[in-house]
Amino acid sequence: MTSRAGLHFKTYCMLLIMIVFAPLGNVMLGKGMKSLGAVATWAPSELLHVASRVFMSGYIWLGVASLLTFFVAYMLILSWADFSYVQPASSVALLVVALLGYFYLGEKISPLHWAGIVVICLGVFVVGNTPPRTTEVH
Amino acid sequence: MREALLLFLVVVSGTGGEICVTRAMKRVGEVKDFRPLAVLRVILRAMKLPWMWIGISMMALAFFSLLAVLSIENVSFVVPVTALNYAAGALGGKFFLGERVTPRRWAGVLIVCIGVTLVWLGKR
Repeated sequence: MTSRAGLHFKTYCMLLIMIVFAPLGNVMLGKGMKSLGAVATWAPSELLHVASRVFMSGYIWLGVASLLTFFVAYMLILSWADFSYVQPASSVALLVVALLGYFYLGEKISPLHWAGIVVICLGVFVVGNTPPRTTEVH
Repeated sequence: MREALLLFLVVVSGTGGEICVTRAMKRVGEVKDFRPLAVLRVILRAMKLPWMWIGISMMALAFFSLLAVLSIENVSFVVPVTALNYAAGALGGKFFLGERVTPRRWAGVLIVCIGVTLVWLGKR
């Protein structure tokens, strides 16, 4: 049986993994796609060509691996913690994406853009603090 | 315009996919046994439902749209905008799954929408 302190430690570890790996995954996908250049076509044959280059990119695979790590941590934590407890972590992850984009990828973010990101985080936090189940179980 | 269309696909197809998967999983029933073999049986049962396949296809479309839009726009713009998933999720949950969406949740969705508007305006 897990002690209370142990459960807290496990929960914080999983939250940390989620907050680090989801943004990292998105940033890696962004870096990989930017290095391939803008996808400017809808023609199926061209898209196939783009797809083959996408799957040759190391950054894309790093991104997919990071997102999978996030997903496994997410599934695991949901097996013992409430959804409404876990979900606000997504709002922190949004902020981490912006910080990584700014510091690691050198993206330009205007003050209005920052303000928007903070407001979105707040909104996601409010959404997350609501009961996870509202329908009757049949 | 193209990025708006792609972001629309990311949000609507992603949320639509999740709603279809939810429909399928609710039909499968609550998972209570987490031993590997039991989980595998649940997955196999879910894979027999058309809703599951519709959901997976829509989520795949959303993922590839995300890749396409990331080739055009910055992650610090794209990822915050995809928070619109919460708005689409609240609407979809209410109208397709019959979930009751609390006023507090609607308030959160509204705040998210205001934030996305600011991000969109701040990009210009």
